[in-house]
Amino acid sequence: MAHGIPKGPQVAMNSKSRRGIEEPEFIRKVLIGIAVGFVGVFLLLPLANVFAQAFAKGWSAYIQSLQQPDTRSAVLLTLLVSAICVPLNLVFGVIAAWAVAKFQFRGKALLITLIDLPFSVSPVVSGLIYVVMFGAQGYLGPWLDSKDIQIIFAVPGIVLATLFVTFPFVARELIPLMEAQGSDAEQAALTLGATGWQTFRYVTLPSVKWGLLYGVILCNARAMGEFGAVSVVSGHISGVTETLPLRIEKLHQEYQSVGAFSAASLLAILALITLGLKTWLERRQAAEQALGQSDSLSSHEH
Amino acid sequence: MGYSIAYLSLVVLIPLAGLLIRVSAMSWADFVRVAFSDRALAAYRLTFGASFIAATINAVLGTLLAWVLTRYRFPGRKILDALVDFPFALPTAVAGLTLANLFSQTGWLGQFLVPLGIHLAYTTGGIVLALTFVSLPFVVRTLQPVLEEFEVELEEAAATLGAGRWCTFRRVVFPALLPALMTGFALAFARAVGEYGSVLFISSNKPYVSEITPQVIMGWLDQFEYANAMAVAVVMLSASFAILITINLLERWASRFQR
Repeated sequence: MAHGIPKGPQVAMNSKSRRGIEEPEFIRKVLIGIAVGFVGVFLLLPLANVFAQAFAKGWSAYIQSLQQPDTRSAVLLTLLVSAICVPLNLVFGVIAAWAVAKFQFRGKALLITLIDLPFSVSPVVSGLIYVVMFGAQGYLGPWLDSKDIQIIFAVPGIVLATLFVTFPFVARELIPLMEAQGSDAEQAALTLGATGWQTFRYVTLPSVKWGLLYGVILCNARAMGEFGAVSVVSGHISGVTETLPLRIEKLHQEYQSVGAFSAASLLAILALITLGLKTWLERRQAAEQALGQSDSLSSHEH
Repeated sequence: MGYSIAYLSLVVLIPLAGLLIRVSAMSWADFVRVAFSDRALAAYRLTFGASFIAATINAVLGTLLAWVLTRYRFPGRKILDALVDFPFALPTAVAGLTLANLFSQTGWLGQFLVPLGIHLAYTTGGIVLALTFVSLPFVVRTLQPVLEEFEVELEEAAATLGAGRWCTFRRVVFPALLPALMTGFALAFARAVGEYGSVLFISSNKPYVSEITPQVIMGWLDQFEYANAMAVAVVMLSASFAILITINLLERWASRFQR
């Protein structure tokens, strides 16, 4: 309860509370105190702990543990996987949202449910379905084996599992945005002689760009941090099929506390960047909406 | 259109169907023997029980957080608001690692709690803790828009009619929040049921005692008993579908409520 309530707005609130819709000052302070305390202990403390443990043996131990060859290759693999998955799911998300929002067709509800599916399936089960498909005992296992292609316990499997768990993010962000916008502007563009691609490029895309970026950021955070699904298909070969989250597990099991927390600190930094970008995007979006509204107001006045 | 369906079937539908076909090749007796073995049953109880407790904690604290964030203005409110999404942004492995450390005997919180007999690291309580952490944002984020759009006039009317603040909340605000609250609860529950990464770090992972369902699946996989892993996975999948349908129904109910 270190935070006091600012004096300025409180005057206004007091006049409001006479109307009986404000809690007494004391209750308000207690509720804010609980909220701040809960977030502080439950969210901030774990975050601070990651860095405290990572630097427990000093800066040089931190740098040293990050320079372990296996940890470095885990960082590279994580970057590679997200570099493949994010663009693919970006394209899929835009097309799927476009199809769902702008057209009417049979099975639309089913398509939406299917897009949501990876959110509600346990990551371990998501990984398992690829093992069933491509593993040694799976459907395509023997055929892949004869062609000497390895998917499970190799990088392609990790990419597939990550694709599965991250593919709703972009589509989920875009569908409500595109639906809210309707298709009037697109139809106007088409009437004026724009091609389908031009309409998409100059009319649809600019209007959803913040939502799109938002989806990409969340998709990327999940792609880099996914554990369960990747753990099933990876095979945990250090230096080859270990992503950063799996590397953390391995180091933890080997009781290398500084190593595990150093690797974890990289992902915690990623989480902080994600949060920062997300907050920034939300502000931009709100500012732009406010601008758009005042624009339309002033044009009405003319 | 064609592309999105092709992509969807390639990445989702075909593998999922593959799993179901493989399981249907098992005999019913075999399926029951594995999917409802004592070890699996203990894991279901723990998974659903711990998830239920975690979702309940989140329902209470999430309502409080959403209320404070939408109704009050205080310094640091924006930071608090942004931090609510932290469990979504933080990889679950990191969450499990740091929570286990925080509550272990030498950790920042554990050094005070363990002498009091509160053991959270490597216990069932720790599992609830991890699940609460990863599913925290759901209730807050589903309640916030509803609270923002809630018509203050209704509360004024209640106050005019002589209702106290608590009575107004209980009788006027809460019923309007209920559908969104239940949706948030279901979303948090669904997330907690499927969670694996964070629990792995904070649980002692003992079969029959502190093993959640995804760990049972992993256990079978490590022994290359794919059929057994799939049988348990099908039970999990059915549960996920049931929760998904419930969430859809709740959302429909909530949107009807708002109109």
